[in-house]
Amino acid sequence: MPDPLLKLEDLDAFYGDFQALYQVELEVAPGEVLAIIGANGAGKTTLMRSISGLTQNQAQMVRYRGDTIGALRADEVAGKGIALVPEGRQLFPSLSVQENLIIGGQIGRKGPWSLKAVYELFPILQERRHQQSTSLSGGQQQMVAIGRALMANPDLILFDEISLGLAPIIIKDIYAALPGIIGEGMSALIVEQDITKALSVSQRFYCLQEGRVSLEGSSATVAREDISRAYFGVE
Amino acid sequence: MTPSDFQVTRSSPFTKAIAVIGLLILIVLIAAPYWAGRADMRLMGELFLYLALASLWNLMAGYAGLVSVGQQAYVGFGGYMLFALTIFGGLPPVVAIVGAGVLGALIAVPVALLIFRLRGAYFAIGTWVIAEVFRLSFAQVSALGGGSGSSLPVGIVRSLASSRAGREHLSYWLALASAVIVIAAVYLFLRSRNGLALTAIRDNELAAGSLGIDIWRTKFIVYLVTAALTSMIGALIFLQKLRISPDAAFSVNDWTAFVIFIVVIGGIGTIEGPIIGTLIFFALREALADLGTIYLMVLGAVAIVIMLKAPNGLWGLIRARFDLELFPLSYRVKPSKSDMKG
Amino acid sequence: MEWVNALLQGTLLGGLYALFAAGLSLIFGVMRLVNIAHGDLIVLGAYLGLSVTTVLGFHPMLALIVVVPAMAIFGYVLQRGILNQTLGKDILPPLLVTFGLSVIIQNALLETYSADPQKMNAGALETASVSLGGLSVGVLPVLTFAIAIAVIATLQWIFYRTALGRAFRATSDNQEIAQLMGLNRRHIFGLAMALALAVTAIAGIMLGIRTSFDPSIGGGRLIFGFEAVIIGGLGNLWGTLVGGVILGVAQTIGAKIDPGWQLLAGHLTFLVILAVKPNGLFPRISE
Repeated sequence: MPDPLLKLEDLDAFYGDFQALYQVELEVAPGEVLAIIGANGAGKTTLMRSISGLTQNQAQMVRYRGDTIGALRADEVAGKGIALVPEGRQLFPSLSVQENLIIGGQIGRKGPWSLKAVYELFPILQERRHQQSTSLSGGQQQMVAIGRALMANPDLILFDEISLGLAPIIIKDIYAALPGIIGEGMSALIVEQDITKALSVSQRFYCLQEGRVSLEGSSATVAREDISRAYFGVE
Repeated sequence: MTPSDFQVTRSSPFTKAIAVIGLLILIVLIAAPYWAGRADMRLMGELFLYLALASLWNLMAGYAGLVSVGQQAYVGFGGYMLFALTIFGGLPPVVAIVGAGVLGALIAVPVALLIFRLRGAYFAIGTWVIAEVFRLSFAQVSALGGGSGSSLPVGIVRSLASSRAGREHLSYWLALASAVIVIAAVYLFLRSRNGLALTAIRDNELAAGSLGIDIWRTKFIVYLVTAALTSMIGALIFLQKLRISPDAAFSVNDWTAFVIFIVVIGGIGTIEGPIIGTLIFFALREALADLGTIYLMVLGAVAIVIMLKAPNGLWGLIRARFDLELFPLSYRVKPSKSDMKG
Repeated sequence: MEWVNALLQGTLLGGLYALFAAGLSLIFGVMRLVNIAHGDLIVLGAYLGLSVTTVLGFHPMLALIVVVPAMAIFGYVLQRGILNQTLGKDILPPLLVTFGLSVIIQNALLETYSADPQKMNAGALETASVSLGGLSVGVLPVLTFAIAIAVIATLQWIFYRTALGRAFRATSDNQEIAQLMGLNRRHIFGLAMALALAVTAIAGIMLGIRTSFDPSIGGGRLIFGFEAVIIGGLGNLWGTLVGGVILGVAQTIGAKIDPGWQLLAGHLTFLVILAVKPNGLFPRISE
């Protein structure tokens, strides 16, 4: 295995006053797509926050390209090429669709993604570019959120519950588009409730249970009963 | 152990000891005319009045989340009502003080209906606008001296007590009584149902609302009670000063800035905070008064540093270190006595 | 004709109040901070202008090129050094810290310049007037009003047409997500305060040319600015200008009835509008 792009070492992280993650070890190789599964409250969101810098930890707990980034602020982490598509989309309501995309790219990293490329991926957004982002449907808002993250031309993109609250048909479309999005040499971490969806687009997976990694392995070969055990913690 | 092996209680041997010590201190203070000099008594009287104002401001800001920078409205209003009720109403001064409180609560009703429409910090500036309206309005009342103010007639002053010493003792006792009454009122209020509601609001307004606590009503009651008591203290203050003018009565520095500094330095949201803050404020003032403006700059800087570095004030620091509570408000769990052997 | 004149003077006075209010509105819009020291910062701007005119011999309007950047830098340092530490869910820290700041600025000015009222000398500009259909209108009030319009138009342009404005709006919407876009909110807030104090500097100089000032008048200027913001509706800069005009007209008409009624008429108008339309005439931010 080549040098990992991202490496979590002995990560303890807190959500408010509560410890949400215990000694988590995790690696993402360049170009790899990783799924993170686990029940509600297993620590998935805190994991995303810790990688993206929204939760600051001890520096050496998160390594990225060999740099220790665990103690950096979110804006510094973003500048290093990590982008997050947050749970619940969280677009900027006072910005138009196009402004939401532009602000995603304002870090100024070079790469394949531009307004033009995002509009080619999601043509409907070009049509709606001058609308307020809140006037869009849930699926279209998710497209803006994904486009906004892509505009930063990240090397690692984090997807936090992208299918939450969307109609099944829309989820299907988004997952159909996902390989094309990630296919450009980017690494991705996908947090997802729907285990089948998550495994279908990823090469490897990690399962979290009560803040600890309870299982990791290859997405294609894992046995269902192993996942159930790791997911719910029942024998 | 089962749950019945524990009892939940507010008091402890320590708080009982504190209550006894507090009572002794109070007796010594009541006897001050027999052991203190006139200047000391004047100073202590002023200290008690500030303590009362600070405790009231703390009740609003620290517990009800109503941050006012306009409490001078009620200090000045109470002062003017004392003058109006004694001069035109012919009431004895002590009755006029109570009357000022009642009128203060009455005028607070329309005021609250208006400024409760403003949220958070805008509420604060709204209270200041109200104080300005009061100041400008009283400056228009020529019967009370207009912009230049007026003095309390000698006859009314004499009606308090015939001798000068008697008057000084009486105003000292009134000041002491106001501090004791206000602190006791705040303490009992916080232990009551309304007080519990307040604590719930302070801790989490959204959750308190969903638990069926009428937030608006509770805040409204606090605002009215504070207005009434602040007006009474205002009446007392100007009974001591014997002279009133709009600028002195509605001074934002004297009646609000100092009070806020006292509470912030002592510790906001605790009963003990204003007591400690008042003592420190007067100690600083006695030590640095010669420095004038520099003293005020130091006071402002101390308040900023405390707000940033120790937002719970000096009492917060003490409490964090020693786990003390002079006024038992929080419940503690301890093993029941009967089960101590088990 | 006398009443028409009062109406016109009041409208022009509203320009000055809009200048008082613009910085307050900007800061609240970006970071939900209400700066109690805002009025004292206006007065600080006036005193800095006074020092520049007396030391360098500049005309007050020329002093702007020194005072505006000086206040902007002060704003950035103040925000990064102190005010950023107060921002959070609790409204008490920003309120009490800016209150402390207000007392410090007021007394520092008292210590430096004494309590004597001061005024800036703007020479012919102060007395120049043009005749407008039988009414004599001072050039200075007209200039102040024009500057107010220019300032608000510029702020509006920055907010809705530039990358900085986009960053302001994004940070105002959601600070965490804005951080994910690579925006350091501490820096963004510093820039917002710098911009606000640049406007405050202009307000201070226009105030100092128009009337005499002393260190104690900050609170009153804060209240005028605040009233203009609330009347106009939170978060609406053009609304703030309308709010300033309404306040200015109320004051001049009040003064026409009885000189003692000038300020009272303004405050009462504010309270009536608060009672009838609690969100102001043209609200944008719902809070």
